[in-house]
Amino acid sequence: MSGFEFVALSLPPMVIGVLAAIACALPGNFLVLRRQALIGDAISHVVLPGIVVAFLLTGMVSTWPMMIGAGGAAIVSVLLIEAIRRLARIEAGAAMGVVFTAMFAGGVLLLEQTDTSSVHLDVEHALYGNLESLIWLDAAGWGSLVDPVALAGLPPELLRMAVVACVIVAFLLVFWRGLKISTFDEGFARSVGVPVRLIGGLLVVLSALAAVAAFDAVGSIIVIAMFICPPAAARLMTDRLEIQVAWSVGFATLSAVAGYVLAGYGPLWIGFENAVSAAGMIATVSGLVLAVAAIFGPHRKGAQLPR
Amino acid sequence: MLRVVQSQANDTTADPAAPLSIRGLTVSYGQKPAVFSVDFTARAGRMTAIVGPNGAGKSTLLKAVLGIETAVAGQVRVFGADLSMQRHRVAYVPQRASVDWDFPTRVIDVVLGGLYRELGLLGRVRKHHMDYARDCLSRVGMEEFEGRQIGQLSGGQQQRVFLARALAQNADLYLLDEPFAGVDAATERAIVAVLKGLKAEGRTVIVVHHDLSTLRDYFDDVWLISTRRVAEGPVKEVFTEANLRATYGGRLAPAQIDMLSRQDG
Amino acid sequence: MLVDALFLQMGYNATLVTLGAGLLGFAAGISGTFLFLRNRALLSDAISHATLPGVALAFLLMVALGGDGRSLPGLLAGSAVSALLGLLCVNALVRHTRLNEDAAIGAVLSVFFGFGVVLLTVIQTLPQGRQAGLESFLLGSTAAMLWADALIIAGGGAAVVVLALLFRRPFLLVAFDAAYARARGLPVARLDLLMMGLVMAITVVGLKIVGLILVVALLIVPPVTARLWTDVAARVVWLSGIFGASAAYVGAAISATAPDLPTGPIIVLVSFVVFVVSLLLAPSRGVLAAWLRYRRFQKRIHIRQGLLALAQGHPIYERLTLRLLVAAGWARGDGVATDDGMGYAARALRDEARWTALRTDNRFEAAAAMYDGVRDIDTVLTSDQIAEIDRRIAETPA
Repeated sequence: MSGFEFVALSLPPMVIGVLAAIACALPGNFLVLRRQALIGDAISHVVLPGIVVAFLLTGMVSTWPMMIGAGGAAIVSVLLIEAIRRLARIEAGAAMGVVFTAMFAGGVLLLEQTDTSSVHLDVEHALYGNLESLIWLDAAGWGSLVDPVALAGLPPELLRMAVVACVIVAFLLVFWRGLKISTFDEGFARSVGVPVRLIGGLLVVLSALAAVAAFDAVGSIIVIAMFICPPAAARLMTDRLEIQVAWSVGFATLSAVAGYVLAGYGPLWIGFENAVSAAGMIATVSGLVLAVAAIFGPHRKGAQLPR
Repeated sequence: MLRVVQSQANDTTADPAAPLSIRGLTVSYGQKPAVFSVDFTARAGRMTAIVGPNGAGKSTLLKAVLGIETAVAGQVRVFGADLSMQRHRVAYVPQRASVDWDFPTRVIDVVLGGLYRELGLLGRVRKHHMDYARDCLSRVGMEEFEGRQIGQLSGGQQQRVFLARALAQNADLYLLDEPFAGVDAATERAIVAVLKGLKAEGRTVIVVHHDLSTLRDYFDDVWLISTRRVAEGPVKEVFTEANLRATYGGRLAPAQIDMLSRQDG
Repeated sequence: MLVDALFLQMGYNATLVTLGAGLLGFAAGISGTFLFLRNRALLSDAISHATLPGVALAFLLMVALGGDGRSLPGLLAGSAVSALLGLLCVNALVRHTRLNEDAAIGAVLSVFFGFGVVLLTVIQTLPQGRQAGLESFLLGSTAAMLWADALIIAGGGAAVVVLALLFRRPFLLVAFDAAYARARGLPVARLDLLMMGLVMAITVVGLKIVGLILVVALLIVPPVTARLWTDVAARVVWLSGIFGASAAYVGAAISATAPDLPTGPIIVLVSFVVFVVSLLLAPSRGVLAAWLRYRRFQKRIHIRQGLLALAQGHPIYERLTLRLLVAAGWARGDGVATDDGMGYAARALRDEARWTALRTDNRFEAAAAMYDGVRDIDTVLTSDQIAEIDRRIAETPA
């Protein structure tokens, strides 16, 4: 393959995939440790109703209203889950099951009720995403990477995902200590005045942000894999949080690159003509990484206490 | 007719700057109060035990003092002010079972958690912080374990690490929730020695305690609680047969009460 | 229109769908209850998402063998196999690694679904794949339901109901306290597997009507709703079945009245409405009832504390306490007790003394355990017993 083809067709989606995977995996570390892994599940299911409502309100398919709609839906769902968990006094999992199915059903219903056939908005796209379509038409080869005119034609998703990833990294840097203490020992954290609620809330909001930004590229269900698989695999590699986060970034990158390459070129290698879903393949690879870590990871077992 | 508001001035038990004073505190889980309208005042520079039967609200009392549980009613003052103004002077050791010991972190990281207020969100951990944390670890005899993953410690070692974290807070008031539960005898001795050291430095120590047989040896004061306050004061005066009966009711055999209250300190 | 639909007057297909959905809802409500009471509700989410690669692989296999790939029994068999595989993966992760169940559920759910999407894109490139319509398994599709499909749903649903009711006692024991059930000699692991097997069967059967993303609602929402109405586990099972059946039946009927009302989502939304109404209005666990109870309780606590403070001459620290005492006519705005108030305060103090005496007396241990600070003593003792307590107080030197 020529440099031109690679830079124009493969590099942007691959970079977007890597950024999306990292943006989800970073907060995913804490979601997994806090036993809130399925918040990612709930958030990503309500992205669809969010963008449908945004479309109905604004009447157009454009990025920002949809991002806001999806983010709003994610926050509404988290608040509803918390409210139902407390009011009905049931476990969080059941509360999530109630909320995200209802919101998802509402989204599908609204979609069916409105004439969206003329616009590119359909359930499957929201579920699987379309990473392959995020190409860079202005690229003429490697040289375009330093050509400001060509760079202006980069898919907007790339910049968006990069900004979101930076926001998440900044959040982790600023709140690292508070996040770590409140995740390990919430009672102690409260006693020394760590803003436990604020930090917990921000973690969920930023997870929602990551899910919303990533859904466009990889679809709303596959982001769950990015939230959970790299951090879960990383947990099995080390007993130190700092190192775990580093492993999770590595696994996220590996899954995104390997998944994209396998989806685009894998079928050609075994004689098929058409590529398969890159997002689906990224999730598959991240699952394989987790499987390998679960079988061989040096810290796959919990500590056997010498009591 | 009674002038209620006036009597506050005559209230001799309320030392305005006491390390901890609790007035009319009620905490409830659902419809059943765990702690009902209790008043307690801690005396500075003394070791106080909170004693009562299971479910008497001992841990709940501590958590409500620290704002971890919300009170239905009541008032808590720490060194004469609201807790939010005094957090830097209070250290808390939660029950060991309240956290996930599988968390990916090392012993030294847990102890550094005690420096949270000093380091703030962004402050860097410098060499003197590390040295200080190591010093706290050695005070509980755990200096050799600083690099160990916390899940690999025994129960007693975990408790010592928690105590080291509290020491790192360098507080004036120490609140410990059952520090002796499920620990070995060596750890219990080590913890008691550290707590007595704190007292010798003029700090105030309040401990939720279960073992009545060690009460006289370890503590100066005792708060007896059974949802309500039963009694408070020096162990010698308060730890009597009548008070024990009032605290434990039928839950302590008469022979046991007899033995404990006659025991010489 | 809706009335016609509810009485099955909307034609052959609508009748088939409505009856099938009702039965499915009943079966799902019953089998979902055990999962919910075992605190593993979202395991069903992993199971349902894990069906996708099975459906796709079954299609590919049937095409490879020369069929047209769309045979429902074949696709359902494939989905069952991959759902089982997903379930085993969750179990393996939880059992053999330090990961928690929620992480295992999320991982399996998303990875299996992702692999399923990969296979769907493979199918789309096949000549037979264009009309495969496998996407309908995502959200369900009842438009072209056949008599044979309905038979499968009915048969599967009925089998699940029979098995669930047959095993409901051991299931409930395991859900309530697995350790105790094990000590009693129940085969907990096998019962769990059977429980999951039933959920899997519901998922597989429900794919056609509600689709794999929403089928979990049928398994989770009715039990959660039923739990709000009763504290008796056996009743939760039945109520959940009834809620599930009615929501599915009514939902399917509503969806039959217009072309752009998809069956699966409507059923889910009807269940959700029933849940919300129950959450607000259920008599003991409902929000309204709980709020009223809490207000009453808070008032009692404050009044009691206020009266005790008045009786002992302590200051009243809290404004709410004072406001309540003033409203009752027991204190003036400045915190001074009225004559009435002094009377009640003395009575509260006397009760308090009685409680103290009672709690030091072994004979009243059962009554002493009822103490919570606000309970009136005459609700736990007879007047004779109170008289006896009073004698004891009089005898003890103060």
